Amino acid sequence: MKFVDEFRSPRLISRTGEEIRRLADPNRHYRIMEVCGGHTHAIYRFGLKDLLPSNVELIHGPGCPVCVLPMGRIDDGLSLAAEPNFIFAAFGDMMRVPGTHGSPLEYKARGMDVRIVYSPTDALKLARSNPEKHVMFFAIGFETTAPSTALTLVRAKAEGLRNFSVFCNHVTIIPAIRAILDSPDMRLDGFVGPGHVSTVIGCRPYDWIAKDEGKPVVVSGFEPLDILQSIVMLLRQLRKGEAKVENQYKRVVPWEGNRAALRAMAEVFELRPYFEWRGLGFISQSALKIRASYAAWDSEQRFSVPGVRVTDPKAAQCGEVLKGVLKPAQCKLFGRECTPEQPVGALMVSSEGSCAAYFNYEHRKPIAIAAAAN
Amino acid sequence: MCLAIPGKVIELDSQNALQAIVDVVGVRRKVDLGLLQDAPPVPGDWVLIHVGFAMSKISEADAADQMRTLTMLGEAEAAMQEVRGYGLENKQNEQQDQSVPRLKQ
Repeated sequence: MKFVDEFRSPRLISRTGEEIRRLADPNRHYRIMEVCGGHTHAIYRFGLKDLLPSNVELIHGPGCPVCVLPMGRIDDGLSLAAEPNFIFAAFGDMMRVPGTHGSPLEYKARGMDVRIVYSPTDALKLARSNPEKHVMFFAIGFETTAPSTALTLVRAKAEGLRNFSVFCNHVTIIPAIRAILDSPDMRLDGFVGPGHVSTVIGCRPYDWIAKDEGKPVVVSGFEPLDILQSIVMLLRQLRKGEAKVENQYKRVVPWEGNRAALRAMAEVFELRPYFEWRGLGFISQSALKIRASYAAWDSEQRFSVPGVRVTDPKAAQCGEVLKGVLKPAQCKLFGRECTPEQPVGALMVSSEGSCAAYFNYEHRKPIAIAAAAN
Repeated sequence: MCLAIPGKVIELDSQNALQAIVDVVGVRRKVDLGLLQDAPPVPGDWVLIHVGFAMSKISEADAADQMRTLTMLGEAEAAMQEVRGYGLENKQNEQQDQSVPRLKQ
């Protein structure tokens, strides 16, 4: 609760907490999934769980792109980085993610040309300024980053820039939600919908969750009050026996999404028949591949990629945590072999991964309190 | 990568209509407007930036909220590092760093 003072309108927050207690039926246990890793981070950081009654449980969803990327894809991308005159460019988030033979950062330490870029267009710039080298942009992310990669490829093609390609790992959120709902060991009552992904895709793609699955969805912002209000909106629907899609984050998310971004994606990408998700396995039509018309800028169509499949270390239970079956601390490796400093599983790598968030804000909390007490 | 960073459009690029100089807490960088081409922002507008691309137009109050959220999440520094990284170069027109970033008027 100590964070509450820092929030905007703390009084409104405690009132929203009270409203949640009032709406939650004490005879019922609610399992609400926040799909987006940004929400997971915010929930732990702000200690929002402390404001919820014990029968309102938050389950952390698959919305952390670094966390769901199978290790084989990292190995594949890094295998190309070993080619002569090759530059491997990726967002900073990727740099510490372990592959079988090390992370991109460790490959860099071994002398490979690995660069951090903050925008895909910067990878394009690298290609322009290094005409004797090939620049491969290792693209990851949901619909929040996929349109930027798409537009970058449109530009590369328009320019006829031949020494640039994209190793595409973009995934789409809807099939992952479907896979989770289809999973037999999963029982959910509703969803806190992702904020920034919805800026791009809008709110319509969630309609089936309400109509066919009978579960409410509330697209939410990232402030503590946003998330709590979204939970209130979900509980109100559940109380009335309703299931519809609502938009709590209207100030940023248009119902129709961003059409220019969707056009750019449609121009460059098509759906892969299936794609492997770490922890969730193969999910059909859940990822984007580069269309044949852009084959010359697709690393996978242009180079020979080994197509490595790596199973996660057996002791790591990322899959169960990712599906919400286990809590982070219930994994055998949590906090011992697997920490944010030395991650074994991907959920520990990113600050949006539920294990790292849990480790940083829950696991360390008692330690901090103990230290303060001494 | 997943951070949405608020910034104010300062001026459009005269050479390229799909680029603008955007100010994020005093750091000015080129930001791509290609994903807002259906309703391009004008100088003075506030936008949310993802990986160097303006993704949506927002109000000034929402921009301030978003920067405060980033600060509270402990991500403000990472956001500024990202913004400084755009364009792979450091620009001259950069103000002094502030330990706690706040939005300017």
